[in-house]
Amino acid sequence: MRRIMMLGAALLAACGGGGNEMTARVSRSNGGPPPGQHFELGRVATKAEVAALDLDVSPNGTGLPAGKGSVLEGGVIYVQKCAACHGPKGEGIPPLYPQLIGRDSAGESFNFASNPKIARTIGNYWPYATTVFDYVRRAMPMAAPGSLSNNELYAITAYLLAENKVIAPDATLDSASLVAVKMPARDRFVRDDRKGGHEIR
Amino acid sequence: MMTDEENTPARALTRRELLAGAAGVVGTAAIATLPALGGAQQAKAAAGAVAVAPPPTAPLDPTKVLGAPTSAVGARSPFVKLTRLPTGDLQGFSLTPHGDLAGTITPADLHFERHHAGVPLIDPMRHTLTVHGLVAHDMVFTMSDLMRMPQVTRTYFLECSGNGRAAFRDPKPDLSAQRVIGLMSNTEWTGVPLHALLEECGIKGDATWMLAEGCDACMLTRSIPVAKAMDDALLVWAQNGEPLRPEQGSPLRLLLPGWEGNANVKWLRRLELGTAPWMTRWETSKYTDPLLGNKARQFSFEMDAKSMITNPDVSDVIARGWRSLSGVAWTGRGRITRVEVSVDGGASWHDATLHEPALSKAVARFSWMWHWQGEEALLLSRATDETGYVQPTRSDISTIRGPGTDYHFNQIVGWKVGSNGAITYHGGR
Repeated sequence: MRRIMMLGAALLAACGGGGNEMTARVSRSNGGPPPGQHFELGRVATKAEVAALDLDVSPNGTGLPAGKGSVLEGGVIYVQKCAACHGPKGEGIPPLYPQLIGRDSAGESFNFASNPKIARTIGNYWPYATTVFDYVRRAMPMAAPGSLSNNELYAITAYLLAENKVIAPDATLDSASLVAVKMPARDRFVRDDRKGGHEIR
Repeated sequence: MMTDEENTPARALTRRELLAGAAGVVGTAAIATLPALGGAQQAKAAAGAVAVAPPPTAPLDPTKVLGAPTSAVGARSPFVKLTRLPTGDLQGFSLTPHGDLAGTITPADLHFERHHAGVPLIDPMRHTLTVHGLVAHDMVFTMSDLMRMPQVTRTYFLECSGNGRAAFRDPKPDLSAQRVIGLMSNTEWTGVPLHALLEECGIKGDATWMLAEGCDACMLTRSIPVAKAMDDALLVWAQNGEPLRPEQGSPLRLLLPGWEGNANVKWLRRLELGTAPWMTRWETSKYTDPLLGNKARQFSFEMDAKSMITNPDVSDVIARGWRSLSGVAWTGRGRITRVEVSVDGGASWHDATLHEPALSKAVARFSWMWHWQGEEALLLSRATDETGYVQPTRSDISTIRGPGTDYHFNQIVGWKVGSNGAITYHGGR
């Protein structure tokens, strides 16, 4: 068949009833293929099919395309394609169009839990610069998502980082320099430690 | 300024106005338009509001008049008006009318909405799910393939972790149950156990994180631990016996029982298996919880136990005598084991009846009989889950997480009862 039978005994078939307390695991005792065999549903994806969909960018730079863009170029794009919703200075129109730009003393200490009125911006809150590139590529500009070229994406990312005083105003970004950017809030995030039980966290 | 989207809806059309039919035609269907680049006006989508017709006059004696014929699609009684409370924004949300509902299941057309780039229109016949990365073979599945896979049916609540933000920040007395907990709904879902699909693809042992991506206009993405994907996660295509509705991810969504709504990616088109989270916008800039100590909690997936009395509701005027206090309780950590009700603002508590079956990671209905004799009262409910977690007070959350914390608001709340029987919201102590 089209695929190697690599699974062991872990398969499967519908277990109909049961309460919600069960996990959704299904066991082969209720039918299905013999151990080690598959349902043979679906088909193998081609490399081209996967590449066309796989646009995500990771903090280590995986997924960043070739190209480059400068803060200066990004400023021009910002005025043309971003400022209408996010404001000429990135101040936003909350709540629908978030503030993008802002570094002040209130946010610098990351004291957001004490005061909900402190705006969370790219400069004071976002832990990874790659997230800016990834998000703009998939979602912006709102009226034409996916319309920016890779060079434009590097440029607008550079502009937003420079306006947030994270990189120099004369900087140019490419994949290597974007990955090297350390955001001010990079070390502020902790993993969830809630476990239920008697303690409120 | 706050920069978060889940806020008080701009258009304040209350449940009572709708029920009274007093609102008249408050919105007409229109083609949704994106904000013009030349101006930043908020785009109001077609789903903005519902025209309310006055109910017909019923015959004095229905036994003397031949009734209506059968119909292709049923409709609610003309005397019943159940509506979500929508913001009408493309990036907006709409709220389930808990004060008008009974039992535990949310009717599909009243399930809350939250989306970040509008509701996409997707042809199920053309929709595919691609699974790639740390699997033996990158695979593509059609909806037909997925519907031939092993399937399960389970009832689970779904709650946006921004639920109750406005009620926490600014507990105005005119807030309704719909406004306080309306970003939570409870549904019977049907779909494929995700572990079965991942095993079919030959998931590799070193895969620890999974990226889930939707095909809406922001291609929403969340990183999900593989441990959850291989536990009780589902790929669902049906809700309450019918195919998924567009607002709920038609034709396919990820369903992570007990976990915050945003991670339950709708319009699911891609799963990528990897070894680290992708740090998407929705798990860094948004859906993270600022905490005291100058830090923020990330990947706070599980929803803490929560409850609210939904009957009576705001602007009701109750009569003296016996009445049921009824409400809903839920937890992302298993079963609700106890709900207590107080009528004296928490000075004393009474065990409410939990309506069976109180399912794991699903809404439990509770009720308790109260004899009101005209005194001022403060009605509260407090849920306990199977881990022993007890729903905290507002002051607990402010003290432990900080007054500016965000997401996962589950403080004890309730209703103030005036000596005239008038009900107003009370945000808890």
